[in-house]
Amino acid sequence: MTWSQMQPLLEQASWETLIMVGWSTLIAVVLGLPLGVLLVLTDRGGLLQNVLVNKVIGQVVNIGRSMPFIILMVALMSFTRWVTGTTIGSEAAIVPLAIGGIPFFARLVETAVREVDGGLVEAVQSMGGNTWTVVRKVLVPEALPSLIASTTTTVIALIGYSAMAGTVGGGGLGDLAVRYGYQRFEPGFMWITVALLAVAISLIQFAGDYAARTLHRRGGRGGAGPRLRLLKTKEPAAADVSKVA
Amino acid sequence: MAHRHRENRAAFRGLREPEEQRPVPGAHHRAAHSTVTETHVITTSGLTKVYRSRGREVTALDGVDLHVREGEVYGVIGQSGAGKSSLIRCVNLLERPTAGTVTVAGQDLTALAGRGPRAGRELRQARSRIGMVFQHFNLLSSRTVQDNVELPLEILGKSGKERSRKALELLDLVGLADKAKAYPAQLSGGQKQRVGIARALAGDPKVLLSDEATSALDPETTRSILQLLRDLNRQLGLTVLLITHEMDVVKSVCDSAALMDRGRIVESGTVGELLATPGSELAAALFPVGGEASGDDRTVLDVTFHGEAATQPVISQLSRTYNIDISILGAAIDTVGGLQVGRMRIELPGRYEDNVVPVGFLREQGLQIDVVDERPDEPAALAPLVKEGAK
Repeated sequence: MTWSQMQPLLEQASWETLIMVGWSTLIAVVLGLPLGVLLVLTDRGGLLQNVLVNKVIGQVVNIGRSMPFIILMVALMSFTRWVTGTTIGSEAAIVPLAIGGIPFFARLVETAVREVDGGLVEAVQSMGGNTWTVVRKVLVPEALPSLIASTTTTVIALIGYSAMAGTVGGGGLGDLAVRYGYQRFEPGFMWITVALLAVAISLIQFAGDYAARTLHRRGGRGGAGPRLRLLKTKEPAAADVSKVA
Repeated sequence: MAHRHRENRAAFRGLREPEEQRPVPGAHHRAAHSTVTETHVITTSGLTKVYRSRGREVTALDGVDLHVREGEVYGVIGQSGAGKSSLIRCVNLLERPTAGTVTVAGQDLTALAGRGPRAGRELRQARSRIGMVFQHFNLLSSRTVQDNVELPLEILGKSGKERSRKALELLDLVGLADKAKAYPAQLSGGQKQRVGIARALAGDPKVLLSDEATSALDPETTRSILQLLRDLNRQLGLTVLLITHEMDVVKSVCDSAALMDRGRIVESGTVGELLATPGSELAAALFPVGGEASGDDRTVLDVTFHGEAATQPVISQLSRTYNIDISILGAAIDTVGGLQVGRMRIELPGRYEDNVVPVGFLREQGLQIDVVDERPDEPAALAPLVKEGAK
């Protein structure tokens, strides 16, 4: 196959992957975030302690996490048809991808939110804040760097899942690699898709890490523009210390 | 150390010098600008807290009656595990008492609490009028200093303009106006605690609770934070309830103090009262004097003088009147809670039975006399505290 033959196929597939991963990530984050926060709040000693609710959500999340994605996809077929009207194509693949992503992200959110210092929660309570205030002003903003890292992990996991979704008619880069690279014996095609995926994942990881680090550094030491600062003064930390005393 | 504070006061930016009067030695110069009234602003009665975990019960508070007067700095001191932390957290009901009532500014908070573990609307409103500062500052690392101070105002639903005006005003008050845009991680411990204090004041509270606010700070910073609390107490008429395990904290800022041990208040009162209480553990710890008897048939007395008595040459009078030789084993004059107090450990020849008359003479002069009989150096409840205070 020549490059001119491959190019439109690659473009189409990349676009499909982007759509599938983009939407499913969005849904996973929007629904997984409250679920993860709820897991922390309803836990023993939490602000909304409720053992029953906690157990139920925990179980649902565990089942979702432990189910192999390909089985989840098949199991959800009738639900997918009910939502999108079809079980094939990228749109249909978004449904199982999102549902697989929700518990995955929820667990990561739970871990991130648990890391937030309980003293901060207490401080907001002492100011007269209610549980919603605690979630909005403390738990989420303080866990933000970790939440961004969790989102990165989720996106990358969903790219992996999307390749599987591809094999049952979801389209996307994974599908392309299997159909052309494997079934049609076009190793060139295979390697190009692999390289594309590798580059995409590296870029996402890099961007996610950078965002998390920048936010964290703000809390850590540097201030809003760590790079600029480094250019201006050699040792901003030392300068601060001398002022402090 | 406490007396040094007066000179330091002007060093704090944004805090106007209160009309300073030259302190008369031995006089209760605190009274000059004291804001203390006889109204009780925090009252707990029969406060009991029992923790249950895995079938075991731990009693953290055992019927605590506390009365904090309006405008005073009240210190609760005790070892860790004595129940201080539970006590202060029961005052704004961060911790639900098992039994007893808490009244703050005339409002029975325990009645507002409701049954469930969540704080209802009224309780939350009441909390917003009680400031609280914490040992580990508890500032949000994701927010700037100014945004941290604005947080309670956001909860109160104030407009953005009002929030930022108030926050800057408070930062100026605690001397951190130039750090408004910094993040907490860029501040030193003392600066963080100043932010914590500014934040606690944002809701214009009448009462400030301080949960070991200086325990994570070095001695120098501790002094400046205590001084700040003292100044706020004077200027704003703020009532401060603080808990601490450091005797120096009580010594330098408190009007009144209570000693806690195993969930109970063992001693309490104004610093003056405590010092005037013979055998008071707190008084002895607040103002220790050392010195061992030089022989067996000697009488060792601790003489405490404050007020008028401090200016009288009693020791030489005693010596002349009864023609006895007096050795001074130890002596110090210090400012304790704003009171100038002198304490002296003296030794008279002969056993106590032989010295009844001279001791009576000293008492007649208005001095407080404690006879030191081979008692253990420090009472059990306070021994570790005193060691820490001595550091």
